[in-house]
Amino acid sequence: MNLWPQKFPLFPETATEMAAEIDRIYFAFLGISAFFSLLIAGLVFYLAIRYRRRSPDDVGKPEQAATWLEVAWSVIPLAILVAMFFWGTKVYFEARRPPSDALEYYVTGKQWMWKFQHPEGNREINHLHVPAGQAIKLIMTSEDVIHSVFVPAFRVKMDVLPGRYTTLWFKAEKAGTFRLFCNEYCGVEHSKMIGSVTVLEPADYEEWLAGAGVAGPAAAATGEELFSQKICDTCHKPDSATLAPLLAGIFGKEVELADGTVAVADENYFRESILNPGAKIVKGYQNLMPTYQGQLTEDELVQLILYVKSLSPAPTEGPSP
Amino acid sequence: MSTSAAEFGRREHYLNADWGVKSWLLTRDHKRIAILYLISITAFFFIGGLMAVLIRLELATPAGDLVQPDTYNRLFTMHGIVMIFFFLIPSIPAVLGNFLIPIMIGAKDLAFPRINLASWYIYSIGGLLAMWSILAGGVDTGWTFYTPFSTTYSNSYVISTALGIFVTGFSSILTGLNFIVTIHRMRAPGLTWFRLPLFVWAHYATSLVMVLGTPVLAITILLVAAERLFHIGIFDPALGGDPVLFQHLFWFYSHPAVYIMILPSMGVISELITAFARKRIFGYNFIAFASVAIAILGFLVWGHHMFLSSQSVYAGTVFSILSMLVAVPSAVKVFNWTATLYEGSVSWETPMLYALGFIGLFTIGGLTGVMLATLGIDIHVHDTYFVVAHFHYIMVGGAIMGYLGGLHFWWPKITGRLYPRFWSMISAIVIFVGFNLTFFPQFLLGYLGMPRRYHAYPEDFQVLNVMSSAGATILGVGYLIPMIYLIWSMRYGKRASANPWGAVGLEWQVPSPPPTHNFEETPTVEDEAYDYTAAKEKKVA
Repeated sequence: MNLWPQKFPLFPETATEMAAEIDRIYFAFLGISAFFSLLIAGLVFYLAIRYRRRSPDDVGKPEQAATWLEVAWSVIPLAILVAMFFWGTKVYFEARRPPSDALEYYVTGKQWMWKFQHPEGNREINHLHVPAGQAIKLIMTSEDVIHSVFVPAFRVKMDVLPGRYTTLWFKAEKAGTFRLFCNEYCGVEHSKMIGSVTVLEPADYEEWLAGAGVAGPAAAATGEELFSQKICDTCHKPDSATLAPLLAGIFGKEVELADGTVAVADENYFRESILNPGAKIVKGYQNLMPTYQGQLTEDELVQLILYVKSLSPAPTEGPSP
Repeated sequence: MSTSAAEFGRREHYLNADWGVKSWLLTRDHKRIAILYLISITAFFFIGGLMAVLIRLELATPAGDLVQPDTYNRLFTMHGIVMIFFFLIPSIPAVLGNFLIPIMIGAKDLAFPRINLASWYIYSIGGLLAMWSILAGGVDTGWTFYTPFSTTYSNSYVISTALGIFVTGFSSILTGLNFIVTIHRMRAPGLTWFRLPLFVWAHYATSLVMVLGTPVLAITILLVAAERLFHIGIFDPALGGDPVLFQHLFWFYSHPAVYIMILPSMGVISELITAFARKRIFGYNFIAFASVAIAILGFLVWGHHMFLSSQSVYAGTVFSILSMLVAVPSAVKVFNWTATLYEGSVSWETPMLYALGFIGLFTIGGLTGVMLATLGIDIHVHDTYFVVAHFHYIMVGGAIMGYLGGLHFWWPKITGRLYPRFWSMISAIVIFVGFNLTFFPQFLLGYLGMPRRYHAYPEDFQVLNVMSSAGATILGVGYLIPMIYLIWSMRYGKRASANPWGAVGLEWQVPSPPPTHNFEETPTVEDEAYDYTAAKEKKVA
């Protein structure tokens, strides 16, 4: 039973296992901080009163020095900090590396709204629906300035940048609707760039998907249409790799480049190769492709990437990126 | 020099040695230049403070109902710019440092008096440019000028404001250079490095940061201007640039800038604690080296502002541990100050109240800073009100408490007058209480999830916001009280003796206010710093 007034919360909701873990680090650190703050405040008050000046000409005792004390109050805080560093870093690595079985949603931020693209083809504005108990990965980009996705109940946050994809993931344990804030100052209506994440039980989610009525064709299918519309298929043929590299089966794999280095063919790689084809040339090919800079919207880019992705069968088991 | 004080048989000092506007605006006396800075930064403090008042008024209600969102964005941007570049960075170095460093080391002036005056003019030109930008319509990018918002999307006075900061940066560089040369070359005979007051050590470390860091800010501003004016693709991906590059360049200066603001304040606190405990400071060498360590480490932690910017996880890891290392020399200082009280002769004068308040607030600001450096916690609290609360604990609870403590400590030296003890103690307490009521609720707001720079916010955040706004009112009153009695004291305050606190240090051996050339004869230093035992023996003998 919650006796604390709902209008005046002092602590955010906790809807993921990671949120609970981040809270544990926070409380541990809060305990350490309270201990040291009270210790110092207590000592300052005690000493300043105990040794208060008794007569106007009094002076303190002559110099004291204690190297052991200096070493102690350097080493003890350092040891505590190193321990907290490892704990915090462990969670950070988990938060920054989505599991490989996560459902992938594409997010585009623009002044001042959020667009969400479901893998099934549904599209939403500002309010995202996802299933509970399933890792959800957001692949995010911006059409203009830097934004940031922040869902306090999940304790997750990541900047959303123009010109590249960043990712964020969470696994909500319980159904509910949770606030989503834009957390990076982005202009006049920054504080209105608020949305929500609604977590549904898997069955309810299926029902929602079917009944949402906004379901268009799957994004990959739209991408396939675009692929021929933009005459990509003139060179990138499904069965011939003479003019351009084959696209089938390479998503998420390593690609050998003309300069001898190796790149991972992920979302950012395809994005760059479409907009700035000369940046990374696959070994054995020449820089023939024209740039598509300014000719594709962020949504179309996502659709093209989803199409290319659909040409690579999902790995049953693979290393996390 | 037509009507100098000497003709009337009064003692001549730097304030009455000459009269007239020209004697001030063309002065090369470091003490008079310090007064020029004092007047300028006080003006900026109240301009920046007025913006804070409007911000807190707007946030008293969840709806954005007092000002337009665009106005609100300009208010918090200009509040940050004015307070950081035109108040905090020059505050202690340009006022107290300028006034005291030559006297503390037994010199007649800084090494380059003309450059010192030029610094103030350059600062004023930069300040006027920024003021012009505010009056013309202001700037809405946040004080951080993040790209591509600042270079492509903002419709405000980005260039003229940035130019103001650019120009003022040179004043900072010149002041730093002047201090470094002065401290190296002009120390009195016998005043070795390890006999220097810790205030001087702190300013030496600060000057290094000013000289090495500020040029990077200048370059960054020029690059922003090049992209905004000539569409040269540096930061905007639409032009082929990289927005994260801006963040690296910006924080490479702006994180060390935090140490430009806090190190001088730590120097003041070292002086206050030892003077009001009448005891040599505990661990002199450790405090001196801690200042230098903070200045050096401060250059290696900029990436902790960018844990969620798409910077690699490994870079994040390195910046996290380096940021935590900065906490060690900071903790060493706090422990040494506390230990100085042990077996001291502690008097509870106004400057000491500020010093003890500083220790408490800086401890909270420092510990929450380490929490922010912890990667796991930062994911949740990055760019929320938790960060706002943290840096106000450092910059207001730390830097401004130190500045006011120092101002109250050396006021009798600067003006030759004492201020009313009762009112000064009341205001120190009001400021401490008002400060905590303003900023402590913001830690809670941040963990609850309220992002910073929000003009309107969900209703359940209101109670904490109202507490914060109420605290800001008290804090504002706390700042007005000293403004009144300090001005009052200049005419009506009791005359101060050369050494009203019974402190050691060369500045207390010259009359209050000091003569124009500080010392009749160059003093010779025979004692360690803060040697109260030797001072008492001499007095008895």
